[in-house]
Amino acid sequence: MDAPDPATPGPAAPAAAAPAPGIALRAADPSLRTFRIATLAMAIALAAAPFAGIYPVFLMKALCFALFACAFNLLLGYVGLLSFGHAMFFGTAGYVSAHAAKVWGLPPELAILAGAAASTLLGAVTGALAIRRQGIYFAMITLAIAQMIFFFYLQAPFTGGEDGIQSVPRGRMFGVLDLANALTMYYVVLAIFLAGFLAVRRIIHSPFGHVLKAIRENEPRAISLGYDADQYKLIAFVLSAALSGVAGGTKAIVFQLASLTDVQWQMSGEVVLMTLLGGMGTVFGPVVGAFTIISLEHYLADRGQWVTVITGAIFVICVLAFRRGIVGELAEWWAKRRA
Amino acid sequence: MNSLKRSIVSLAIGAALAAGAAQAQISDGVIKIGVLNDMSGTYADLAGPGSVVAARMAVEDFRAAAKGMKVEILSGDHQNKPDVGSNIARQWYDVDKVDVIVDVPTSSVVLAVNEVTRQKGKALLVSTGATSDLSGKACNASSVHWTYDTWMLANGTGSAIVKTGGDSWFFLTADYAFGHALERDTEAVVLKNGGKVVGKVRHPFPSSDFSSFLLQAQASKAKVIGLANAGADTINAIKQGAEFGIVKGGQQFAGLLVFLTDVHALGLNTAQGLLLTESFYWDLNDQTRAFARRFGALHKGAMPTMAHAGVYASVLHYLKAVEASKTDDGVKVVAKMKELPTDDPLFGKGVVRQDGRKIHQVYLFEVKKPSESKGAWDYYKVRATIPAEQAFRPMADGGCPLVK
Amino acid sequence: MTEIFGIPTQALAGQLLIGLINGAFYAMLSLGLAVIFGLLNIINFTHGAQYMMGAFAAWLLLSKLGIGYWWSLLIAPVALGAFGVLIERTMLSRLYKLDHLYGLLLTFGLALVLQGLFQNEYGSSGQPYRLPQEFAGAFDLGFMMLPRYRAWVVVASLIVCLTTWYVIERTKLGSYLRAATENPTVVQAFGVNVPRMITLTYGFGVGLAALAGVMAAPIYQVSPQMGANLIIVVFAVVVIGGMGSIGGAILTGFGLGVIEGLTKVFYPEASNTVIFVIMVIVLLIRPAGLFGKER
Repeated sequence: MDAPDPATPGPAAPAAAAPAPGIALRAADPSLRTFRIATLAMAIALAAAPFAGIYPVFLMKALCFALFACAFNLLLGYVGLLSFGHAMFFGTAGYVSAHAAKVWGLPPELAILAGAAASTLLGAVTGALAIRRQGIYFAMITLAIAQMIFFFYLQAPFTGGEDGIQSVPRGRMFGVLDLANALTMYYVVLAIFLAGFLAVRRIIHSPFGHVLKAIRENEPRAISLGYDADQYKLIAFVLSAALSGVAGGTKAIVFQLASLTDVQWQMSGEVVLMTLLGGMGTVFGPVVGAFTIISLEHYLADRGQWVTVITGAIFVICVLAFRRGIVGELAEWWAKRRA
Repeated sequence: MNSLKRSIVSLAIGAALAAGAAQAQISDGVIKIGVLNDMSGTYADLAGPGSVVAARMAVEDFRAAAKGMKVEILSGDHQNKPDVGSNIARQWYDVDKVDVIVDVPTSSVVLAVNEVTRQKGKALLVSTGATSDLSGKACNASSVHWTYDTWMLANGTGSAIVKTGGDSWFFLTADYAFGHALERDTEAVVLKNGGKVVGKVRHPFPSSDFSSFLLQAQASKAKVIGLANAGADTINAIKQGAEFGIVKGGQQFAGLLVFLTDVHALGLNTAQGLLLTESFYWDLNDQTRAFARRFGALHKGAMPTMAHAGVYASVLHYLKAVEASKTDDGVKVVAKMKELPTDDPLFGKGVVRQDGRKIHQVYLFEVKKPSESKGAWDYYKVRATIPAEQAFRPMADGGCPLVK
Repeated sequence: MTEIFGIPTQALAGQLLIGLINGAFYAMLSLGLAVIFGLLNIINFTHGAQYMMGAFAAWLLLSKLGIGYWWSLLIAPVALGAFGVLIERTMLSRLYKLDHLYGLLLTFGLALVLQGLFQNEYGSSGQPYRLPQEFAGAFDLGFMMLPRYRAWVVVASLIVCLTTWYVIERTKLGSYLRAATENPTVVQAFGVNVPRMITLTYGFGVGLAALAGVMAAPIYQVSPQMGANLIIVVFAVVVIGGMGSIGGAILTGFGLGVIEGLTKVFYPEASNTVIFVIMVIVLLIRPAGLFGKER
């Protein structure tokens, strides 16, 4: 990937100068041209995938998680905040969407929007509490709130406890697209994913995104420049929650099920893993990470606990050797080769 | 019958030639059985890989190969999560051309898989899944519920214990839908038989420390402490109960969902005196003992649980029904399974009811004292036998839409 | 009989005592976490797995080698401490210059690996560990039956906690440790081998987890998940007490055990959640925890 976007700080920005370097490693950001070509290639590959014999339901699952990881990356990779409770947004939207589609009889597009709205709201409340703390305390407070939310869903009658909300109707998108058809459903999910993916990229490259990065690099400096850092962090948090909600709501419609799995703290750990593995702070990283992890789980499903062992080992290897993640390391290697 | 055998022999030849009229009935020429259960979590020992062993034994005993039927067995781990379970089921039906899914522990998962199976018109043979909704409001033309269910457990344990004098109960209930259902059903049976419930406490799921709850149970002075939980929760509750002298103090534990492997994990020293209901025990008669010996040889010396026995018997009956109906169409085979009387070495003769419920007699067991046990896996003695017609919920009470 | 909120006072006393006993485990585990965090700045997510391995070590020693409870109390912590040293040398030591969060992620991954391996090997329903003969039976306290073993757990845990606290806060060795936390370079300049001290501290923290594991073995089923269920609660305890504060970890461990015990009486369903509620409140009011100082 060639010359970094002029407006973003270069990969060699001195980290030592920052008092709180944060967790993110800056990877080379692709130029707009590279980005467009890569995105187009990705979209075409994904659109063609079902015809290459890849099972659409598997692809849809991977896409939902990819969007979730992109949303998470917005917070971790670009603001440097590690939330250990992001599953609450994913799961909340799942429950609300499923309830909206099944009990209120809303069409799928409105059901997903309802789910996303609920996550946004939850994001605003938890964000307002959590962004007052940093680093490990931020992670802990999000974890604690997520545990409380989990308890709420365990107890609330409308969620059906551990049975979850089952047999959610897929319905007809905009009244015309019959989602019971696997391929139609797939292209709808693909469209949602691409929209979300582009939205994340748009946010990162907006003036707002540049302020976020400035805050990540050096919060006191950003504040002294007159930016209300907390305000910016809160907005980023809420945006991330909203997009996680879209992903969660879509997943509930695809699988016709909303369950406790999606609000458990292990799910929060999983999205961290996807982002870390793919490359935090890179646009494509979370997508690559999500596809890798979901494929692993998919193909190792009958290997019992080996999935856990391998997932754990990937975590360890990533932290020790590939802190930039797959995409980050590739970009670095590419940049070095060209230099 | 003769012509049938001939047609199956010709089917075998036909399979080799990839042609033949009869073969068209069995999609892609292979009957694929998917064993879907918890391969690594709480229920891995009581069902898990042992269920795959049991399914293989059934295929072997049916002599599928000799009859020219090609049968393959797949296995999957649903991790006790409904989303994972329904996902695997969907993929098995769509991509891997699986004809029938068997076992499926965990009520939430089995309900999800049941729904997918119904949509796809395939077949589901439930052994470890417990919810009696399968032959109630979730019942459909695609599923058979073989081994046991929550109604049977509640009824067997509840009524038998009250009748033998255990008339005051305290419930220790796992705080999730399954625990609540088990508690509710058992409480109804206890009350109906003239017993009373003096208290209950709901513990988070999962819990590791039960001392606080046990203290409450002890203080209640109830004669029986009903454990409406499962797996590790039950094991820990009983283990810590021994420490607090629950049984020594004259109270008795009633496990509402306890399997042989749980007792094995606890050891007789701790588990002695525990009352539980099961529909199978390996040491019931010569046939079950013979089965258990074979099973043990294939499965690290462990004895089969009732879940394993149910997998074996249901697969055997399924294959008989395929043979008789000459098709692997899920709904047709399940209809045939209901039509044919069942007969297998483990559960004896019986029937599959219209609502998919398999009927057989069940037993109330008491866990032996260490001094009574003759060796490894010699754990149970029979306290009462409940005849088949009383053991399960009457068909009219279930509300199954198939029953008119 | 006197009652408080409908619960007889005698029963309440019993529940308080039970809470204290559970608190003893929290205290021992959070103590280890706090010691590690204090010196290494690493949130040791593997702590739960190490606790589980301690229990398994006791079980293996007894069932394979016939070595009993008392020797396990010594052997398991030493063996696992050595294992901890290995982890610190090969992995954690590479992370000290990075953000805390990497330590958290690494140990999280490690916990998954260890737990998965044990689950593959020993299944999930767990293994029973016989209560040592000398602890059979219970004391009748009038208001409740107190199993002898539980009484021993409280006493042993108090001894371990207070000794550790004393060593760190009141001895010369402890003052080196504390100084190294504040300013490793200066301490190194005084001729103290700081990296080795850090390694041994991690080993010690892991040893504490293993010790708690051995003590838990006779009470809980020895199972691969026993640590995973506990770790985030213990985390919360450390955060509430103030990360890195030794005394805070001990006091909060016992205190939260009692609060959790009371919740089990009044609202049992919420007993797993109450600690998190407290954590949110504490973090919002006192960002560095009850006894911590912000760093």
